[in-house]
Amino acid sequence: MTDRPPVSDWAKDFDHLDPRWVTEPYQIWDELRRQCPVAHTERYNGVYFPSRYADIRAIAYDTEHFSSRRVVVREMPPRVPTDSGKPKSPPGASTLASPPITSDPPYHRPARMLLLPAFTPDAIGRLEAKTRAICGDLIDRFASNGRCDAATDYAQHVPVAVIAHMLGLPEGDGEKFRRWIHLLLHEGIAENASFTQALAEMDDYFRVQIANRRSVPGEDLITFLLGARMEDQPLSDEHIIGTLRLLLIAGIDTTWSAIGSCLWHLAQHRDDRRRLVTEPALMPLAVEEFLRAYAPVTMARQVAKETTVGGCPFKEREMVLLSFPAANRDPEVFPQADRVQIDRAENRHAAFGLGIHRCIGSNLARMEITVALEEWLTRIPNFDLADPASVTWSHGPVRGPRKLPVVFR
Amino acid sequence: MPQHKFLQVIVDPERCQGHNRCKAIAPRLFELDELGHARAVGDGTVPPGLEDKARLAEANCPEFAIKVAQA
Ligand code: HEM
Ligand code: SF4
Repeated sequence: MTDRPPVSDWAKDFDHLDPRWVTEPYQIWDELRRQCPVAHTERYNGVYFPSRYADIRAIAYDTEHFSSRRVVVREMPPRVPTDSGKPKSPPGASTLASPPITSDPPYHRPARMLLLPAFTPDAIGRLEAKTRAICGDLIDRFASNGRCDAATDYAQHVPVAVIAHMLGLPEGDGEKFRRWIHLLLHEGIAENASFTQALAEMDDYFRVQIANRRSVPGEDLITFLLGARMEDQPLSDEHIIGTLRLLLIAGIDTTWSAIGSCLWHLAQHRDDRRRLVTEPALMPLAVEEFLRAYAPVTMARQVAKETTVGGCPFKEREMVLLSFPAANRDPEVFPQADRVQIDRAENRHAAFGLGIHRCIGSNLARMEITVALEEWLTRIPNFDLADPASVTWSHGPVRGPRKLPVVFR
Repeated sequence: MPQHKFLQVIVDPERCQGHNRCKAIAPRLFELDELGHARAVGDGTVPPGLEDKARLAEANCPEFAIKVAQA
């Protein structure tokens, strides 16, 4: 990773890769919200950081001025070779198209609609028993050790196994998936070689999978996409690969981070642990509160047309960090926003986004988080951080603990 | 004669994005279509005793898509 000059002023020169922002962002955001609700930096060719719920919501809804053609703020915009001869991208599709997350209206809607039926609560409910078994098997491996790394031995494996099952991919490829995600979202944020390499490898991998399903169809999402039609046309291989890349990336890193943050919290809050064990009916409220307080995902937008939000001008072509985590900490909307209250009843949080790009996997993620916590607390009701100083956090669009050593009591 | 006042829940289909908070909170008041978007059960009339659930669903919808009104 390149050395970056230290931040002099969060309001005018913030850097979302700064170690202070990565490990303890909430105070920085609280201060910005009070003093400069739309911060800006010249880094990364110009980025805005709104921290008020109202402004973040307004931007998420305003697809005319804020485009999803770029949804990650990285050191250099990725240049993906647009080999001539390939069909031209439809309007609204970006060069690195991962429909629907990188799509704007009107292209976005049909690309999204075709995925929705596979992710309804009923469809996801059918995966619950499988998820429970996955969690149980993982815990079996370390329960008698008296300790584990809750991030690398537990949280990270749950969504990998579930999404592999949904896509019909071998569970043994999980290591590969995690490496790609690391290259794309972690290393790839600061330098381009990792980014392009991971993309190329994923492309090859999915082409083989698609060819396999064409000859031997399965019951999985890849087979489903091969048979799907959008506006009466079958999907192009490019579209399918883009969507598969999105499902793999969006399905793993996010949920693993969420499960990890929940366990990080519970390791430090004995009362919350005890309440969840004795009052299991609180679990749905607790999960929503963890999602609010430790929302893992910050997407981005590119300013498509100059405009103003919250009284601040947004210049064309610059990027905007769309921090749902910061929105969720706005005391205007959430009383005592900095307190984690696992029985918070009114909780209109935005962890899964707002507007047309609402997370397609939200029902899946909620189920995985709930099952992962239930299974853990049943087997390991008491645990502490082994060493708070050894906990590390990821940087980039997805935030969660990457090292989380805990000891069981 | 004292009039019974019922509440009614209304989902704005233009705003609903399928977060599924409403049905999780009040499964007797909301149902989902095949894409996961919500609509009120029946004509949206809130049976006595479920008023609090209706209000909670309204207060938790991330898209402000739910209105609770006097029927
Ligand atoms: C706790 C876990 C998760 C969180 C916090 C999360 C968060 C988000 C957020 C904030 C967005 C909106 C992006 C934007 O506005 O640009 C989004 C979109 C999306 N997520 Fe998730 N996500 C999670 C898990 C998942 C899972 C498990 C999947 C699927 C396997 C998934 C698939 C998607 C897809 C396909 C989109 C794009 C939707 C669209 O553009 O219409 N996510 N997610
Ligand atoms: S909570 Fe709101 S957005 Fe979500 S399904 Fe219900 S009405 Fe729709």
